[in-house]
Amino acid sequence: MNTFNIKTIIIRKPLKLDCGKTINNYPIAYETYGSLNDKKDNAILIFHALTGDQYVTGINPVTNKDGWWSHAVGPEKSIDTNKYFIICANIIGGCMGSYGPGHQDPDTQKIFGINFPIITINDMVNAQYNLLDHFKIKKLFSVIGGSMGGMQVLQFVSNFPDKTKTAVPIACSASHSAQNIAFNELGRQAIAADNNWNNGEYFSKNISPDKGLAVARMAAHITYLSKKSLQEKFGRKLQKREQLNFSFDADFQIESYLRYQGSIFVDRFDANSYLYITRAMDYFDLPGQFNGNLSNAFKETKTKFFIISFTSDWLYPTQENKDIVIALNAIGADVGFVEIESDKGHDSFLLDVPDFLKALKNFLEKSYSDN
Amino acid sequence: MKIEFKVIIDLIDKNTKVLDVGCGDGTLIEFLKKNKNINTRGLEISKENVQKCIAKGLTIIEGNAETDLMQFPDNSFDYVVLSQTLQAFLHPELMIIELLRVGKKVIITIPNFGNWKLRLHLLTKGTMPITKNLPYQWYDTPNIHMCTIKDFYHFIKAKNFKIFKSLALNNRDVSLINDSNIEIKNFFAELGIFLIEK
Repeated sequence: MNTFNIKTIIIRKPLKLDCGKTINNYPIAYETYGSLNDKKDNAILIFHALTGDQYVTGINPVTNKDGWWSHAVGPEKSIDTNKYFIICANIIGGCMGSYGPGHQDPDTQKIFGINFPIITINDMVNAQYNLLDHFKIKKLFSVIGGSMGGMQVLQFVSNFPDKTKTAVPIACSASHSAQNIAFNELGRQAIAADNNWNNGEYFSKNISPDKGLAVARMAAHITYLSKKSLQEKFGRKLQKREQLNFSFDADFQIESYLRYQGSIFVDRFDANSYLYITRAMDYFDLPGQFNGNLSNAFKETKTKFFIISFTSDWLYPTQENKDIVIALNAIGADVGFVEIESDKGHDSFLLDVPDFLKALKNFLEKSYSDN
Repeated sequence: MKIEFKVIIDLIDKNTKVLDVGCGDGTLIEFLKKNKNINTRGLEISKENVQKCIAKGLTIIEGNAETDLMQFPDNSFDYVVLSQTLQAFLHPELMIIELLRVGKKVIITIPNFGNWKLRLHLLTKGTMPITKNLPYQWYDTPNIHMCTIKDFYHFIKAKNFKIFKSLALNNRDVSLINDSNIEIKNFFAELGIFLIEK
């Protein structure tokens, strides 16, 4: 992996993690787009999802592919880089430059592996909060994120109620469900079952649990799509053959597609990071942090919320997004909500879904012109 | 803007908090927000209208009034507005009670089925009336609980809710409704506009 271009700041301020351990002098890798205006009131912090990174748009210099949110972020796009200053950081626990299990443990001089402390969504958000100081931003214009990024949005407003004017949690949940945890556990066990994982110690042996990580990705990938979109795209179509092979080859296109998704994922992602990040998602329970009352998480806030869900998202379904709306309305907060019609499943937020992109653009533009 | 909305706007005090239930494209709350410094919320079921409201910079919640009003605490709005939709609900009585729970005051407008044109239509043609305000056929109408303004007026009194103001709208003409003129208003009005309180 080419790590040459990664922008990094070292956070000197100690961060006490939820697990009890404290980290010091740790790196946060980030990228920015657009420019910060003189009033410093046009900054947006984007939080990435499980397998995302700081390269939101343009060409990712590490993978040489389009950024993960190129549909939404760019000049004249929903999150307009001509207008706003966009910051996105790699989460701690990640594998794109921020402090994670692939880093060296300062005490032992060895790669952390699973000796890296367990991190939470709260820890990720607290670490990224340091970027506001770095850019001398008193208050963000918005915090935006989908999926795990949306969880970070919720946690951010809860932790820092007056640090952002608006907040856009997309296709997310305030609390990981049993089904969410179950799918993540499946992924983790697939990695653990790969002998190359070796209890997280694979860097030193120059091996990696690619097979386990690929299976984890395949399983997760299914959860990002809807039954309808899979059926329409693949159905029972055969892969480069006229008839069934009576073997365990990838006879069906869907099998071949999933195998391909798994295989390209292992080139850009670290198995230990996958374990840490899925764990952080599973531990996420914002109402649980407030005696079961989600409204109390937002009691202090004047932040204007805009919550977006997708009709065919069964991973973080509309009702779970609506629960956040309900909790905010219960305390009279300023909250808008829209459910976007899309048959592309949870992945809708990453794709070219015009109604979604239009709603996001309009919300931001109108909120920004209220300044 | 519709006369109906102008009448509603005059009923609402400045610097208050208003929920428009079934706010459509947000015309009413946009005006209230911009001209009367009102903190507005809209609840709307149509995705197309929700998008229009977002484009106007309104705080809009996509949802169904019959299931989604529940989330708002008691008395959380100074006014709740329900324009020409009461007749479309499965349980209008429960809806009125719910509106009065959420709002300190409630503004409800009713297309008047007692209007003479409708009476004449039914009397002479013997078929369900179709008018400008009620353009549907009997089999495709969303209006499943039609009433006259006399029905509504008596219902509110029978339930011991307070009527602050009841207005009859006939074409461009707005007039007060009271106990002594209800029969005549019920004959000529196309729309009733009621400001009520529990």
